[in-house]
Amino acid sequence: MTDLLQRLGAATLNNVATLGRAACFFWRILLGLSELLRRPGLLVHQIYSVGVLTLVIIVVSGVFVGMVLGLQGYYTLVDFGAEESLGVLVALTLTRELGPVVTALLFAGRAGSALTAEIGLMKATEQLAGMEMMAVDPERRVLAPRLLAAVISLPLLATLFTLLAIFGAYGVATTMLGIDGGAFWSQMQAQVSFTDDVLNGLIKSLAFGVVAGWIAVFNGYDCMPTSQGVSRATTRTVVVTSLIVLGLDFVLTALMFD
Amino acid sequence: MAGSAVITPLIDIKGLVFSRGQRRLFSEIDITVEQGEVVAIMGPSGTGKTTLLRLIGGQLRADAGSVKVAGQEVGELSRRDLYRLRRRMGVLFQSGALFTDMTCYENVAFPLREHTNLSEALIYHIVLMKLQTVGLRGARDLYPAELSGGMARRVSLARALAMDPELMLYDEPFAGQDPISMGALTQAIRQLNDALGITSIIVSHDVGETLSIADRVYVISEEQVVACGTPDELRNSDSAWVQQFIQALPDGPVPFHYPAADLDDELRSRPLK
Repeated sequence: MTDLLQRLGAATLNNVATLGRAACFFWRILLGLSELLRRPGLLVHQIYSVGVLTLVIIVVSGVFVGMVLGLQGYYTLVDFGAEESLGVLVALTLTRELGPVVTALLFAGRAGSALTAEIGLMKATEQLAGMEMMAVDPERRVLAPRLLAAVISLPLLATLFTLLAIFGAYGVATTMLGIDGGAFWSQMQAQVSFTDDVLNGLIKSLAFGVVAGWIAVFNGYDCMPTSQGVSRATTRTVVVTSLIVLGLDFVLTALMFD
Repeated sequence: MAGSAVITPLIDIKGLVFSRGQRRLFSEIDITVEQGEVVAIMGPSGTGKTTLLRLIGGQLRADAGSVKVAGQEVGELSRRDLYRLRRRMGVLFQSGALFTDMTCYENVAFPLREHTNLSEALIYHIVLMKLQTVGLRGARDLYPAELSGGMARRVSLARALAMDPELMLYDEPFAGQDPISMGALTQAIRQLNDALGITSIIVSHDVGETLSIADRVYVISEEQVVACGTPDELRNSDSAWVQQFIQALPDGPVPFHYPAADLDDELRSRPLK
């Protein structure tokens, strides 16, 4: 019994300490961002490897999610004779929820895990320590550009995902379901608000970008410098990012759409 | 090194105490390194020689005592001052610690590009000269994964020298080198030290090479400095411990085995059927 309590206490302390380190880490990265402005090349390079290389999975998933959404939405709406509203249904679902959330989950799997593994391996092979001894701060040179690249990339990827998904739904609606294209677009234009829906969705994906980038970079930096440590950190990045994104999405939705 | 005695030592370690986890590595050790010297730190594996370099470089902090580099207390420096101090140091890591996503050329150019505004043409000249010193100018377009361990360490040496440091810390520079590059490297370390006026600290357990170039040697074991002096003083030392270490004798006061229970007892405790 005492053993159980002891382990529970140790685990709690450990988690709180990790949380504290993560917070301090985030603060130091924020302080280091100004230096990054003078060297945009570093950022561009990371946006390429974090953002551009994630495009394939985002594009493919976007189109298919949109097509499925179009089919399922139609089957429900057609019972009420409201199939003309399919465009609204699809656009609202995507801009408000699915776009930011699904993109963040895919991003964690594709880019977050890669970031953690890369940084973890750099730590395990003493590259980060070597950089420190060359008087180059790895937090500013290696970690800050990667974190900022994630924050910039995720909203862009989410926007792309949403657009492609809407076009996917449009394609299914007009070719397979016989819905009039004009009705699809005009209903959407009338019902979707830029500030309430599109902007809120963008704010969500920006928040998810901060979360995903922070977790991925911190886990890599904080991992045990062994192969097992790197593998654990990579898994943790994907799991923790997914859970926090889903939880945060609920909180943001509750705050935004009342 | 006439007159160097009146200058304060470049590195001044006094009463250093350091533990890692439960394990005490140093208790109250004193080490001084004068400007322009080549000082070797020797000792059996696991005595914390690498840790000592990390304490000098400010990556670890002493539990007690002082570690002064160029008159500054390393553990108390602000981040900015510590990084300024590190610009004057070059470190050769045991693993090389090369950046795996850059070629050898880019690795050596890295500190120059980070810290200076030199033109690419000038960087090209410096990098080629540094790589020439370690005999790997021809390998400049290779990635670290394409190099052997010994070659990677030599590229790493070129990188450490790129900023012309005042103080070089070598962590096991001779491990994994073939006899030819070992000889060349040994000469290079001594010559760099004398020609450029560098101060060098070598952590190693290659007795022959180290004694051939060091001005003074500290031998560390079991938390203490057990011997210190010039290579000749060590060779003539009457301490059985030092003699065993220098002559690489398997038997002597230093056990080869990590502390353990009696082998017979351990085997008998689980008899084979």
